[in-house]
Amino acid sequence: MKLRIKFSKKGPLRFIGHLDIMRYFQKAIRRSDIDIAYSTGFSPHQIMSFAAPLGVGVESEGEYFDIEANSVTTAEDMIARLNNEMAEGMVITGMRILSDDAKNAMASVKAASYRLNWKDGHAPDYDLTEAISQFLVRDEVLYTKKTAKSVIERNLKEAVFELKALDDRTIYMLVDASSAGNVKPGAVMECLAGFYGKEYDSNAVQVTREDTFTDAPNGGYISLGEVGDVF
Amino acid sequence: MRQLALSDEILMKIEKPARYIGHEINSVIKDKNAVDVRFCMCFPDVYEIGMSHLGIQILYDMFNSFEDTWCERVYSPWPDLDGIMREEKIPLFALESQEPVKSMDFLGITLQYEMCYTNILQVLDLAGIPLINTERTWEDPIVIGGGPCSYNPEPIAPFFDLFYIGEGETQYRALLDLYKKDRAAGVSREEFLRHATNIPGIYAPSCYEVSYDAKGIISEFKPKFEDIPVKVRKEVETKLSDTYYPVKPVIPFIKSTQDRLVLEIQRGCTRGCRFCQAGQLYRPIRERDVEVLKQYAKELIENTGHEEISLSSLSSSDYSRLEELLLFLIEECSKKKINISLPSLRIDAFSLDIMSKIQDVKKTSLTFAPEAGTQRMRNVINKGLTEEVILDGAKLAFEGGWNKVKLYFMLGLPLETDEDIAGIGALCNEIAKVYYETVPKEKRNGRVQITASTSFFIPKPFTPFQWAPMNSQADFREKAYKTRQGIISQLNQKSIKYNWHDTDVSVLEGVFARGDRRIANVILDAYKSGCVFDAWNEYFHYDKWLDAFEKNGLGIAFYNERERSTDEILPWDFIDIGVTKTFLKREWERAQKGEVTPNCKEKCQGCGAAVYGSGKFCFE
Repeated sequence: MKLRIKFSKKGPLRFIGHLDIMRYFQKAIRRSDIDIAYSTGFSPHQIMSFAAPLGVGVESEGEYFDIEANSVTTAEDMIARLNNEMAEGMVITGMRILSDDAKNAMASVKAASYRLNWKDGHAPDYDLTEAISQFLVRDEVLYTKKTAKSVIERNLKEAVFELKALDDRTIYMLVDASSAGNVKPGAVMECLAGFYGKEYDSNAVQVTREDTFTDAPNGGYISLGEVGDVF
Repeated sequence: MRQLALSDEILMKIEKPARYIGHEINSVIKDKNAVDVRFCMCFPDVYEIGMSHLGIQILYDMFNSFEDTWCERVYSPWPDLDGIMREEKIPLFALESQEPVKSMDFLGITLQYEMCYTNILQVLDLAGIPLINTERTWEDPIVIGGGPCSYNPEPIAPFFDLFYIGEGETQYRALLDLYKKDRAAGVSREEFLRHATNIPGIYAPSCYEVSYDAKGIISEFKPKFEDIPVKVRKEVETKLSDTYYPVKPVIPFIKSTQDRLVLEIQRGCTRGCRFCQAGQLYRPIRERDVEVLKQYAKELIENTGHEEISLSSLSSSDYSRLEELLLFLIEECSKKKINISLPSLRIDAFSLDIMSKIQDVKKTSLTFAPEAGTQRMRNVINKGLTEEVILDGAKLAFEGGWNKVKLYFMLGLPLETDEDIAGIGALCNEIAKVYYETVPKEKRNGRVQITASTSFFIPKPFTPFQWAPMNSQADFREKAYKTRQGIISQLNQKSIKYNWHDTDVSVLEGVFARGDRRIANVILDAYKSGCVFDAWNEYFHYDKWLDAFEKNGLGIAFYNERERSTDEILPWDFIDIGVTKTFLKREWERAQKGEVTPNCKEKCQGCGAAVYGSGKFCFE
């Protein structure tokens, strides 16, 4: 059966990259004796799918991965066993059983919500509320992303579903996180600072992913953690 | 959560920040106010290399089992962070507490290979500890070295306060107790070092003086004070089945170079290959009880969740209960889907059967280490492997479906002739021939793939070849060229690939291996001119090293290319490893006559290691 596991990642562990987090969980699952299913062959590997990769330096309260399990006990017991094996800063916060035809975590991801908070000793050098209203009233906010191979221009208005200031040093946003249209919160921040001819200093802001979402059956988005059944 | 030593800004701009944040599973956090001794263990290379080393994990486990001690780790910061730390004056810190290394009581540095010597200076420098032992005060930790290179500590002697000669399990407790007592009594640092020399295995280089004759050969090596022992005897753990073993090793977040669990099955080796330093240093041979190993394996798997396990020893095929252990591991690991990574085993029906059970035959290659191309040369180096054994093993393997073979050779061995070099190509050709004779055309999976690799022989202390001349770079290059010519002249040359090592690094390694105290200035000058991470090709600057030798008026040829007389005082003569100089001399003479010396298992050779009273085959 398929299980979806939710976790948060904070503190020093935010500097561990996505591939290493996958390896970390493979080991944690062995240590906690979760009855995970393996692929066949000379080097069997755990059947596991992670939702959206989290950038190095970003904290999260809503990370997900799915596993294929041969048997389960209760979510409470399995969460406790996994939490026994976590490094400081990593906490398992939920577990559900998915239906057999459920899309896996990675394919499900459509949107992600972020909270961006200026760290102690830093403050925004423009008014957040005013910048956000500027963003919202414009028809088009173009963001140019340069990669080694190409230059991609994107209208962020199509990718930002929600944007607001929580206080004078904290921004909340819900953005496209689908595999085709993923937007990093930093891109939005660059545009906001750009309205005032300023540079976005990514070191001044702590980014926290609050949750990861998929399409809700009746339109809108639903948290990946609310898909499937409680057990 | 502990505050990190590096700011977010720095961590975000360097490669692999996970190298520096600690917090790994099974790392040990203690209350620093509740311990008396803080010990920082260092592997002077990058994190992923250092984290692959079993020795540090053993000592980390041991120290942290002492209630009064907190042991932490530190590795060489990679050049990107090194630059930032120097610029921003950030002191080197231990991973667990993230606190400065300078504030520790001890800094233990493991010396696994000679090419890490400049990294020792990097670590001291970044920590803010004076590079030279005489310039240190109680504000600095006691800097102690250990590991294989400490068996000739002289080229790095001025950088260390102490060396621990031998296996760490036995005397560290005594050293820490002495430290606590001496600190409480308020003795001077010099006095403490002097007291420490009375602990078996402890060498304090500042307590000894060396003089040289006009030719630069050591004329005298002696203690400065009467209460300092003249000889330092290697420490040996005699109860290998009843000592510290890290069954809860620290698990790195990032992939280490050897990303697997390690079961150390035995120490020492009975084969007596004359080029091999480890074979002499770790005598007598001691096995771990198979039941103890099975228990360790279970606990390791439970405590780490690792997906791979391997065996460690100098010659795993010689472990008396290997079959039982491997069959146990295969069963245990298949339950948990854990891969077994086999060490190099002697190729025979048993090992091929095991390999085919746990590996994909088509993907893996077989390894042989004939070390030399002719039987005559193999007799000189006392490598028991014969051509017949190799060809029989290859035949069995080809019948079992393998078609990839790796062969390891050395060039520049003492008494080597052109015939021996030509023998390398000839042996590879014979193996290819066996393949084409054994495997019928329709069953062949393409051509047989034979890879021959040569390394350059470096004479090491405490081997029968410690007196032997080492080849020059020109000799090495010529020999590699001849080896290649020998291979391409073979009928089956298209099936044979040839790799050889770099000569510059080998030459320096030769100097560091058998160098004396004067070499320390060369290392210091090379470091000051920017040499660090010399084991990494991209950071190795041979020209800077040559400048450093010249500046100090020392020549590479003096250390490498001359044959030493057996009467000469060697820089490492003050160390007693149990194996006697008389035995090594006898072996050096037998080598010159091409005489083979049997395995200790067959007949005790009276090497001297029986003095430890614990060897499996050591009988008085």
